[in-house]
Amino acid sequence: MIWQNWLLIMIMLSSLVPGLIIFSLGESRHGLRTSLNLFGAITKMVLVLVMILGIHQGHSFAVHLALLPGLELVLRADPLSALFVTLSSILWLFTTIYAIAYLEDSPNRSHFFGYFSLCVTVTIGIALAGNLLTFLFFFEMLTLSTYPLVVHRGTAEAMAAGRVYLIYTLSGGLLLFLGVVWLHNLVGPVDFCMGGQLAPLVESHGKTLFMIYYLLIAGVGVKAALVPLHGWLPRAMVAPAPVSALLHAVAVVKAGAFGIIRIVLDVYGLDTAGELGLLFPLMLLATVTIIYGSIYALRQDNLKHRLAFSTVSQVSYIALGISIGNPLAIMGGMVHLVHQGLMKITLFFCAGNIAETLGVHDISRMNGVGRRLPLTMAAFTLAAIGMIGLPPMAGFVSKWYLGLGALAQGQGWLIGILVLSSLLNAAYFLPILYGAWFKEQEAEWPDDSGMTGPLECHWMLVVPPIITAVISLLVGLLANSNLSPLAWVRFIVSAGYGL
Amino acid sequence: MMGLLLKNDCWLIWPFVLPLFGALLSFLFKQRPRLPGLIVALLTTLSSGVLAWKLVRHGVGRYDLGGWQPPLGISLRGDGPAVLMVLMTAVTGLAISIYAGGYFRSRIAKVEDERRHIIQERFFWPLWLLLWGALNGLFLSADIFNMYITLELVALSSVGLTVLSGKPASQVAGMRYLLVSILGSLSFLLGVGFLYKAFGSLDLATIQAALSFSPPVAMAMALISVGLLLKSALFPFHFWLPPAHANALAPVSAILSGLVVKGSWYLFFRFWLGFLPLIGDGGNAVMAALGGAAIIWGAFQAFSQQRLKMLVAYSTVAQIGYLFIIFPLTGAGAGPAASAVFYFAISHSCAKAAMFLAAGTIFLQMGHDRIRDLAGVRQLLPITSFAFALGGLSLMGLPPSGGFIAKYMYLSMAVSQDRWWLVLLIVIGSGLTAAYIFRAVSHILSPKMVHGQGQVVVAPCMEWSALALALVAILLGFIAPLPLALLGVTG
Amino acid sequence: MSVSPTFVYGLTGLFLFVVGLGGLISCPQLLRKILAVNIMVSGVFLFLVTIGYGHGVIIDPVPHAMVLTGIVVSVSGTAVALALACRVHETFNMSDLLKRRTRSNDR
Repeated sequence: MIWQNWLLIMIMLSSLVPGLIIFSLGESRHGLRTSLNLFGAITKMVLVLVMILGIHQGHSFAVHLALLPGLELVLRADPLSALFVTLSSILWLFTTIYAIAYLEDSPNRSHFFGYFSLCVTVTIGIALAGNLLTFLFFFEMLTLSTYPLVVHRGTAEAMAAGRVYLIYTLSGGLLLFLGVVWLHNLVGPVDFCMGGQLAPLVESHGKTLFMIYYLLIAGVGVKAALVPLHGWLPRAMVAPAPVSALLHAVAVVKAGAFGIIRIVLDVYGLDTAGELGLLFPLMLLATVTIIYGSIYALRQDNLKHRLAFSTVSQVSYIALGISIGNPLAIMGGMVHLVHQGLMKITLFFCAGNIAETLGVHDISRMNGVGRRLPLTMAAFTLAAIGMIGLPPMAGFVSKWYLGLGALAQGQGWLIGILVLSSLLNAAYFLPILYGAWFKEQEAEWPDDSGMTGPLECHWMLVVPPIITAVISLLVGLLANSNLSPLAWVRFIVSAGYGL
Repeated sequence: MMGLLLKNDCWLIWPFVLPLFGALLSFLFKQRPRLPGLIVALLTTLSSGVLAWKLVRHGVGRYDLGGWQPPLGISLRGDGPAVLMVLMTAVTGLAISIYAGGYFRSRIAKVEDERRHIIQERFFWPLWLLLWGALNGLFLSADIFNMYITLELVALSSVGLTVLSGKPASQVAGMRYLLVSILGSLSFLLGVGFLYKAFGSLDLATIQAALSFSPPVAMAMALISVGLLLKSALFPFHFWLPPAHANALAPVSAILSGLVVKGSWYLFFRFWLGFLPLIGDGGNAVMAALGGAAIIWGAFQAFSQQRLKMLVAYSTVAQIGYLFIIFPLTGAGAGPAASAVFYFAISHSCAKAAMFLAAGTIFLQMGHDRIRDLAGVRQLLPITSFAFALGGLSLMGLPPSGGFIAKYMYLSMAVSQDRWWLVLLIVIGSGLTAAYIFRAVSHILSPKMVHGQGQVVVAPCMEWSALALALVAILLGFIAPLPLALLGVTG
Repeated sequence: MSVSPTFVYGLTGLFLFVVGLGGLISCPQLLRKILAVNIMVSGVFLFLVTIGYGHGVIIDPVPHAMVLTGIVVSVSGTAVALALACRVHETFNMSDLLKRRTRSNDR
């Protein structure tokens, strides 16, 4: 079954090779660069599709490489990794299209797209990681491949933000590294498998496992922007819009959240984690982050900053779902990985459009934008309503399962938190929508590109948010169909926890 | 005759003799020393490769020079660690040689002061090949007096290389380097005398087999250790290193930082492991404390430097510390500790040499190496900038790189032996390394556009050889089982 | 207990080594440092020579061979040091290494 092994490598190479070629291209080779980007993104999607079909038919995919005697780098496709891989590769395609138009005529594009491709390769590596070491391996690489994107603008502010980003993520990486080494020392290489393999050690090494757990969670928590480790996220907003989209919806924050899922479910296992009393503190942390992020989002006037704090809040739903520890809640958390990605990327695309086309960055100046950019704002509205969690949108589906899980677990107070969070979401999104659609334009746009006609700005800027918005609508509306993310998540959870 | 020369163990002398021969040759062909220099560099690399292959196939080789057996004769011994170091020298040395070819060509092509550059090149090749041969001899020696001779050869040729740049600062640094080196060698020699007095043999294996505690042995241990520590520039003996390394010509900086420092460290490691039963935990703890101080102090110094080459030189001071904090970890068996520290040494050699080569290219192109003003280098020298960043990646111990593998082994051993203060040290050290590396890399890879910098004057082979070395450091992150298998051949 | 001549020679050798070391550390002038190194070298050689007499009646030739080789090495070392000292002297018009410390750190 050689093709199964090659498939995973091909999925990695489909973005790595174009990335490396793009690095070596001259600045002026737009055509070739664009074709390479799109070729890579589409190839990756096709390959991922093949992989999902394969998994569905019961094939298994794995690649091994010995790093040290007894220590392997393992790529393995299980249903959970397929979920993340699919999300990343689809969103990468749209982000690439968007970025090509967004960065038109800006300098250093070869560099940008090179790192962009590298970043996606590494994210796929995180998704496919079959053991803790491989996860660490790609997790650290993600820091390095995203740093050049964060500082892409090269301004003093961008460099400062990059420094903060590095300090946070490299420190997190060190903690994670220490945790992994310690755990390896205790049990040998740790493969990801549902339920974990640490149960026999609870009696004898409970304290050690306890400490390792916090090292690991702190390590991934930096990228997942759990309060108080979230400080880098709002500052990293100086990056260009496609980078913010990538950071928030596809790569960094998602990798952190994915790491939490892996550590709790596949390294420790729910039962072991529960036995050690590790779930409740995580639940509290997630709750605090949800509320904190929402309140801070409310206080921001800069649109991208508001979206950033919204991410802080929303991504913690994933951690919350895992920490409730009930299959229904886990479903809610996992499916939010996809839902939040779709909605948040739409919002960032739209914010980028508004900034790019009109020069508007602040919410207070957005009055009347809806009439100037109807398509963009329509997409924004769909995604924002989804974020708030009104039925039947995607955000509602996530929260519904979270709530069901919380009730089943006897944690009724979490319903209150979910409601409060939804109210806060509404409080920071609805005024934007109201102002954009129903208020009159107050002043001239600061920097109107003047594009009119059937499309309000470059078609490659408008189409991606519309598509992602429609997808985010569909995954909510059709949550019960067999092809929805929810169905796939149900498949994952029922395989592991007998839903 | 041919059969004798190609006999198994005979391969041991080629990596030693070929460069010495090449040194003579390039000295005689003084009109064009580059060609014989490069050819011999290639041949030496090949013979080192063959040596490694023979080691894997046939086990440890031993060769008695002139057919004289120890204790009277001098013998060479190619076990795993020795051959691994020879191989490391070969890979790094070949890249440096190719770089040096382009470096001198580019400098001679810059018309001003052409004559000076020609003379520099004329002396560079003989000295460098002499140094290469001496290093290989040092690694392969089984005889402690022979080690002294090779140590002196290494010292004299590297001092010659240091002062080659002709800068006033390099002359003073070279003078200090020479005096420190001679002091170290003399201390070593006196220690050798004491050992001979105690055991009546100069063969290291014989001595270590017969080792027992007595006052002369204690004296010998102290003298040899101090002498080698001086030469290895372990904190607080590092004072001579940064000015000597930073003010030399670019290929010379790479040679000194990547290879020469490892020579005396290698001897120290071998002696110390042999003495270990007599030293106990106290001595190991002292070494680790000095190593830890080097890591912290070197990193802080590197962070506060204004010049790129000084930063890289202080980084060497810090990284040398890692070579010494391994000693407390030898408690649970020398094998794993040796794997970790040798892997660290070879990764550091490739990465650090790549960084110094890249820094030299940047210096040649920009005419300065002030870190603050390096924005725009990336546009002019993308390959070089990338090489520097990749080398930095390995130094930081981030994946995928040899440094990551080494750091993993270090941490794993420290955790399993419950040496939590070492764990803390390694973690803090990694953080500090990242801080100073990124201080440089953020300027070099700065996206700021700078216009009107003029033509690229550096030869392409300078850029590519640095990148190749950096890529070797990255590759070491994937092929660890191979070098470690080579290292493990000791019987 | 009678003190054997070899013991006295050996001790003298070590004494010379220490004297030279003191000179090397304390003398600022380059030439004196080089001389101090040579005194250390002589001390080491004297010590080595006495080792040859340590093992009974037959004189051990190995330390003598070591000293012969060592002399060659130390002469070359001294030559390099002297040449370098001349250079430093020409460049700075003085032979004091310590006072140059501040200069050596710039550029």
